[in-house]
Amino acid sequence: MSEGKTTRSVRQGGWSWWYLLLVIQALAVIWPPFYNKVEPSWIGVPFFYWYQLLWVILGAIFTAIVYFATDSEHR
Amino acid sequence: MAEINWTALIIFIVLFALITYLGFAAAHWRKGDLDVLNEWGLGGRRFGTVITWFLIGGDLYTAYTFIAVPALAFGAGAIAFFAVPYTVIIYPILFLVFPRLWYVCHKHNYITAGDFVRGRYGNRWLALAITVTGIVATMPYIALQLVGLQVVIGAMGVSGTGYAADLPLIIAFVILAAFTYSSGLRAPASIAIVKDILIYITAFAAVIFIPIQLGGFAKIFAAIPPAKMLLAVPGANTTGSYGVYATLALGSALALFLYPHSLTGILSASSGHAIRRNAAMLPGYSFMLGLLALVGFFAIAAGVGTAPEFAAGFKQFGNNFAIPALFLHSFPSWFVGIAFAAVGIGALVPAAIMSIAAANLYTRNIHREFINQNPTDKEEAQMAKWVSLIVKLGALIFILFVPTPYAIQLQLLGGIWIVQTLPAVLLGVYTRWFNDWALLVGWAVGTGAGTAMAAVMNFTPNYPLAFAGYTFTGYTAFYTVILNLVVAMVLTPLFNTMSGKPVDATVSADYHA
Repeated sequence: MSEGKTTRSVRQGGWSWWYLLLVIQALAVIWPPFYNKVEPSWIGVPFFYWYQLLWVILGAIFTAIVYFATDSEHR
Repeated sequence: MAEINWTALIIFIVLFALITYLGFAAAHWRKGDLDVLNEWGLGGRRFGTVITWFLIGGDLYTAYTFIAVPALAFGAGAIAFFAVPYTVIIYPILFLVFPRLWYVCHKHNYITAGDFVRGRYGNRWLALAITVTGIVATMPYIALQLVGLQVVIGAMGVSGTGYAADLPLIIAFVILAAFTYSSGLRAPASIAIVKDILIYITAFAAVIFIPIQLGGFAKIFAAIPPAKMLLAVPGANTTGSYGVYATLALGSALALFLYPHSLTGILSASSGHAIRRNAAMLPGYSFMLGLLALVGFFAIAAGVGTAPEFAAGFKQFGNNFAIPALFLHSFPSWFVGIAFAAVGIGALVPAAIMSIAAANLYTRNIHREFINQNPTDKEEAQMAKWVSLIVKLGALIFILFVPTPYAIQLQLLGGIWIVQTLPAVLLGVYTRWFNDWALLVGWAVGTGAGTAMAAVMNFTPNYPLAFAGYTFTGYTAFYTVILNLVVAMVLTPLFNTMSGKPVDATVSADYHA
């Protein structure tokens, strides 16, 4: 029931709570004080670098989740 | 410069011949009537998810990106990584806004942002402002693609005096112009597939084999000067480099999909669903871009900046030579040929799409609107083909006669200009609240202020905004689009009382499936 409701409002350009995931991924990378440090480093790569690259992957996963959750016509 | 690297050059030429063939053959791919602008300029809007992925990827991640981002890391360090948050932010925007724009453009056969604004607001002058901004911001971007091509040709030791020095570049451009003219958007779409495969091979080879040669990531980062490793911590009363980093990422992200070539790529998709799927799939490129920024650090660790054999290259091309130098230093000649071909072909794909996008804009929103209002389909498509040639010729002349630093400065200005179309285009997808004349004044104020601020800062991208004892240094595009918005919001109620009922050729049902 609620599934159908979400889908309809999204397809008419409304808001879906799933979009919060998109907001989270943007917030995670937009403010450098969160991650402007060397430690913890990973295989010699400072935190600053691997943290941001990790968010590219997480961002792709989040966007895919939002896609499947809000789109009824996916195949 | 050094002697000609024949192995690399021959492989480069062979790959170039292959994509030349592909470019011309593309005219017969998913055959359509190329005498119609929708077919020539948007590939008939028939590209599915996969082709769209290659096309938008090939379109947004340009040769210049692959040279300039690592070059910035090489020269300035951590700040270059703003490209990563930038790519994380652009896909939510693509996901949320652009399917709506796709639906409305499909419904009304809009081909450009100018078409959309003309229909949405019924104001030809606002549409003209959007159009001129698009064309002007695109031109230096095309020129910059040539810089990428120039650097790799120079790095293979191809040099000469006078006009002979520019001959390879001119040949590459004549090829580009010819297949774009004959095949339209189908040419870069098919070549993008080859380009992306080559770029991926090169990027993975670079991030796997070069660190092994250099003794691992720990050793590489140990060679990076501390000042380049992280962003400088801001002092008191300023947001310092943090503000620069964040506003560069955000401002560039807002600007990206407003560029005409981005929109051309998006509108050529066969459905709104294809765009949403791509928003989740395109970060594959972002990840590679992040890895390539690290390659700039590899170049520092490999010490190519001080190696005598590369001194001439750095002198001629500046830090843009860092990546070609690193490849020459680290890879066997045959692989250098593949890597350089990847960059060179990577220049042609976006240059082709950009010239098509600029041609669509001129044809639809200047020629049709102001000069010949009732062209036949054939006349319209023919006009666009000619304009695509003129645009490319302009870019070529630009790069041959204007020193490279100017092209880079114009590109930064281009970002400041194009983002001023955000209220009319991007917000226009959601609301018809704004008054069209208020948008036009906002656009003019934003463009004027942005140009002036950039001029004061000697055409560097950031401006130290002082406010209540604090200094907020940040990307001028970001600050001026806010100014633009504020002006448009304040003037909208005022202008609404003076003008009649708003016109709008679109209805809310046009914006979704």
